[in-house]
Amino acid sequence: MKLFLGLDVGSMSTEAVLVNEEGVVLGQSMTLTGSRSVVAAETALLHCLAGAGVERESIVRCVATGYGRVSVPFADRRITEISCHGAGAFALFPNTRTVIDIGGQDSKVIRMDKSGKVIDFAMNDKCAAGTGRFLEVMADKLDVPLDKMGALALEARREVPISSVCTVFAESEVVSLLAQDHPKEEIVKGLHRSIVNRTWAMIRSVGIEDAVTMTGGVAKNQGVVKLLQDKLGRPIQVNEEPQMVGALGAALLAREA
Amino acid sequence: MSFLGVARYALMRDIGAPALFRIMEGRKKRERQIPSYFGPPMDSLSELKRIMMRHYYLARYAEGVKPIAWVTSGAPVELLRVFDFYTIYPENHGALCGARRKGPELCEEAESRGYDQDLCSYARVDLGVAFSGKTPVGRLPKPDLLFASNNICQTVAYWYKVLAHHWKIPLIVFDTPYNFDEISERNIDYMIRQMKEMVPLLERVSGKKYDEGKFKDILLLAKEASLLWGEVLSTMRNKPAPMTIFEAFGHLAPIVSLRGLPVAIQYYQSLLKELKDRVDRGIGAIAQERKRLMWDNIAIWFKVKDFSHLFAQRGMNFVTATYTNAWAETTPYMDESHPLESMAKAYSLVILNNNLNHRLRLMERLIGEYEVDGLVVHSARSCKPYSVGQYDLKRLLLDRVSVPSVVIEADITDFRAYSEEQANTRLEAFFESLEARQ
Repeated sequence: MKLFLGLDVGSMSTEAVLVNEEGVVLGQSMTLTGSRSVVAAETALLHCLAGAGVERESIVRCVATGYGRVSVPFADRRITEISCHGAGAFALFPNTRTVIDIGGQDSKVIRMDKSGKVIDFAMNDKCAAGTGRFLEVMADKLDVPLDKMGALALEARREVPISSVCTVFAESEVVSLLAQDHPKEEIVKGLHRSIVNRTWAMIRSVGIEDAVTMTGGVAKNQGVVKLLQDKLGRPIQVNEEPQMVGALGAALLAREA
Repeated sequence: MSFLGVARYALMRDIGAPALFRIMEGRKKRERQIPSYFGPPMDSLSELKRIMMRHYYLARYAEGVKPIAWVTSGAPVELLRVFDFYTIYPENHGALCGARRKGPELCEEAESRGYDQDLCSYARVDLGVAFSGKTPVGRLPKPDLLFASNNICQTVAYWYKVLAHHWKIPLIVFDTPYNFDEISERNIDYMIRQMKEMVPLLERVSGKKYDEGKFKDILLLAKEASLLWGEVLSTMRNKPAPMTIFEAFGHLAPIVSLRGLPVAIQYYQSLLKELKDRVDRGIGAIAQERKRLMWDNIAIWFKVKDFSHLFAQRGMNFVTATYTNAWAETTPYMDESHPLESMAKAYSLVILNNNLNHRLRLMERLIGEYEVDGLVVHSARSCKPYSVGQYDLKRLLLDRVSVPSVVIEADITDFRAYSEEQANTRLEAFFESLEARQ
C-alpha cells in the first residue's frame, strides 16, 4: 500500500493527514504545536499512523506546510499554506473559486481557476488582527470558552463596536467595555464583526467569485461564518473539520511527485 | 569663499580622491565566490562605486567652496547646475543608509525628536542625519539651499521645511499640479513662472549670474544621460537579460544624483557598451533565466542583496521596474528650444504625479515590451503615493494581461516594518503559482 502524508505545522496546532493513491483519507490527527514544532510534527504523525492502523514504512512521500514547514525533518517537499489550502478546498468542493482561510496567526483569501490552480491571493499584514489568535486572546479575557464564542455572538441582539483592530489594544478595549458593564455577548459580537471586516477588506482586494469555501480553525466558529455570509450576500461552504484542510491539501499534493 | 577652502577642494579632487581610491583598490580583495546561479559579474560596478564614493567624499570639502543644495530626486536640478551647486540627494543617501542597514538607527534619531514612525523613512533617516550628524559616508556638507519638488510626494515639502527651519536657509518648492487627466496649458504656465521666479534667489545664494546658454547645454547633458539610461534599461528586453533590476537599482545612482553633469553620460556610455557586449555574447545576469519579472515601487534597500539571491536561485530574473523606468520615462519631453516648457512637462508627467490609468497603461506596456511573466509589488510603508492603488493595479493586470503578482509589505529602509517569515511565505506561494502556470 502506498500512502502519502500531509503535515500542516501551524502557529497554534499541527495536523497530519494520510491518503492513499486514490486520495482517500485513511487517517488524520491533530496536536498542539507548542514550542517545538519538530516534536509536534512527530506526534501528529504517530497518532495519525495509529489511527489508520498502518506502518510508517508505507508512506511514500510527505509534504509539509504551515509556518513550521521548514522544521519537519522527514518532509520531502515544503509547500506553502496557500497552495495546500487551495488544493484541499478544491478536493472537498470542486466548485470552489474563492477560499477564505483564517488560521491561528494569519488569514488569507485565495482565488482559483476552474482547474483548482491558484491564480491570486492576499494575506493579512504583519499583525494578528482578524485571525484566530485575536479571538483566542479575547475569549481568554472574557472568560468564555473559545468554542462557545461563535454561539454567544449569534445570541446577541445588539453589538458593541470594537474600534481597535490591534489584538493588544483591542484587549484593553475589551477590559474597559467590561468595566462599563456591557453584556459579554454584545462585546463578543463586536469582536466577530471586527474579524469579518478585516477579512472583507482582503476579499475585496483579490475579488470574489462563487463558490466560496472557508477553511482553517476559525471556520468552526459559526458566528464568523454567519456574519461573513451576511456581508458577502452568498453562502459559504465549510466541511466538518476545516482545520484539517491544509494538511489534506498537502497530502493530496504529495501524490504528485 | 576662502582661498584655503578652494585650494583644499582642488587638492582633494585632483590628488586626495584618486590616492584614496588607489589605496582602497590596492587592498587585497577577498575573493568572493559567486554562486553558480549568477552569470559572470559586471565590470561597471567598480566604476559606479568610484563615482559615487568620489561624489560623497568631495562633498565634505565643497562646503564654503561651492554653493551646496540638498535636492529631492524629482526636482529640476538642471536649473541649479547653471549656478554650479554641489548637489546632495537625501533620497540617494537614504537608499545607501538603507542598504547598509542603518535605517532604524537613523530613524530613531528623528523619532526621539517627535517625528512619527508613520512618516516616510527617507525623511526620518534624513532628519536623523541632519540632527545627529551621523552618516555612513563620513560627513554630509551643510546646505546653503534646499530644493524640493512635490512631483514625487507631498511629504518632501514638509520634510524640507523642517530642514530649512533647522539650518535657517532658504527653501524652494517646485509645485507640480497632479495630473488627474491630461496636463493643461495653465499648469504648464504656472510651472514656467515658478522656474523664472527661482532665478533671483539662485543668483543670490550662489553669487553667480543666470546664463541661458549654459542652461541649454545642461539640459542637453541631462537629456542625453536620461536617454542613455533608457537605452541601458532597454538592453534587459533581451533574453537572457544582461542585468538584473537589483543591479539597475545601483546603476540608478548617477541619473538620480549626477544628472546634468558630464560624468553621468560617460558612465552610462560605458555601462551601455558593457551591456551590449553581454547581449552580443549571450551572457545573462543569471545563469538560467526561466521566468521574467517586473518590480513595482522603490527598492527594499536592506533586502536587495538577499532578494537577488532568492530569485536567481529559482531562475527568476527581474527585467524591468516602474521605479528604474521613472528616470527614463519623460526624457522625450526635454527640448532645448523650449527649455522651461519642456522641463515643466518632463518633471510633472512623471509616474508619481500621474493618475492610476497612466500607471496601468505604463505597466501593461512594460509587461509587453519586456515579456514579463509575473509582478512583485512592494507595498512600501514609507511611500504612500507609490503604494496607493497597488491592489487595484494588481487585480486589473491579472484580468487584462493575465500576469500574476504578489504584494510584499515592507519598507525602503526601515526594516522594523518588515516581517521576514510573512514575506517568505507570500513569495514562495507566488513561486508555486508561477511554476504551476507553465
